[in-house]
Amino acid sequence: MIDFELTVNGLTKEFNRRSIFRDLSFTLAFNESLAITGRNGSGKSTLVKTLCGLLAPTRGKVEYRSGGTMLEIDDAKHKVGLVSPYLQLYDEFTGLENLLVLSNIRANGTSDHDRALHMLERFGLGSRQDDYVRTYSSGMKQRLKYCFALLHTPQALFLDEPTSNLDAEGIEIVKAVVREQRNAGFLVVATNDEQEAGWCQRRIDLG
Amino acid sequence: MRSALSSTFALFQKDLQSELRTRYALNALLMFVVTSVATILFALRSDQPSPSTLSGMYWVVVFFTAMSSLSRIFVSEEERGTTMTLQLVASPSVVYFGKLIFNAVLTISLTVAVTLLYTIVFSEYFIIKSSSIFFATVLLGSLGFAAAATIIAAIVAKANTRGTLYPVLSFPILIVLLMTVMNATTKALEGAPFSDALEDFQILAGYILVMTGGSFLLFDFVWKD
Repeated sequence: MIDFELTVNGLTKEFNRRSIFRDLSFTLAFNESLAITGRNGSGKSTLVKTLCGLLAPTRGKVEYRSGGTMLEIDDAKHKVGLVSPYLQLYDEFTGLENLLVLSNIRANGTSDHDRALHMLERFGLGSRQDDYVRTYSSGMKQRLKYCFALLHTPQALFLDEPTSNLDAEGIEIVKAVVREQRNAGFLVVATNDEQEAGWCQRRIDLG
Repeated sequence: MRSALSSTFALFQKDLQSELRTRYALNALLMFVVTSVATILFALRSDQPSPSTLSGMYWVVVFFTAMSSLSRIFVSEEERGTTMTLQLVASPSVVYFGKLIFNAVLTISLTVAVTLLYTIVFSEYFIIKSSSIFFATVLLGSLGFAAAATIIAAIVAKANTRGTLYPVLSFPILIVLLMTVMNATTKALEGAPFSDALEDFQILAGYILVMTGGSFLLFDFVWKD
């Protein structure tokens, strides 16, 4: 069992004095999953970005702990996988190059070529791995985002609009990923879809 | 430390490979150099420019070319929506130094291109009599330009009025550097001994250290939203 957990305490985010969410507190531990629901503009994506360390909270704390030791946010990011509409990959690189380049930067100049190939095969992109991403359809780009998010075997997986642009086959692969992640760490899903929210044990409704 | 260096180099390689494919900055850089040197050539016609005029125009070309291309390093990430991807895989220090190295390489390439063009176009007047002063000035000047341009580019990339803000912010920050490199380049064209330019080099070295150190401390706040 991996001792990796997220503690959120009094989390508040404001943009120009407009409150997005206020005073959120929860803990997520190994094997747990959380759905973040709410209408459009309720702050689901902002909360996901804040939890991933991409946005600084106005007040409150986001803390990751591994083995009881608190991690610096830059170290915690190496254990986080994120799939989101606002996270883009490089159009001028091929699918495989994207994974290797980003893996190189994240993993201090080393990349796992075999793992990258395996992820591309798993998400049905094996035959298009050497094509430039600018030639990919929106569904293929979404699949590549999953490859990127899962490449480093993250202990925390954040999915924002997880099945956006995916076909039936893609959605089935995502469901399998969700099942696996529940045994490999913890999972956060931000969605408007009741079925997707049902993948998780707990729910936060932002209104 | 070693791992951060590897990540920084991997980011530099990514930017270099990306630039060679997209030519975001290279095309702007080459076009600007050619057109501005051609304009100077037409403006001078048969006049014989003094060393100070030539060195001034040399750095004016470098300044405006750098302004048109160096900001791309962060603006292109913002425009493509890849900023958050980078924020997720790399620490701010890795991003800052990776981008700084790329801008330094780009600026050095730019000064090499301008020097070559100047040597060909103004072959009668642009005679480098003290090559040690000239090359030290070009190297230190390029590093200074890159150090200032990188942090300004990071700030400007977050703004809505990117195109106009970049030269407006850059000029007051780069004025000390510009005056020093123009002065040192004039000395190189006049054939002054190396010791005469030492004071200029001390100013340039100080500028690079202060700008890099200050930018490194500031970058964390600029890079994170």
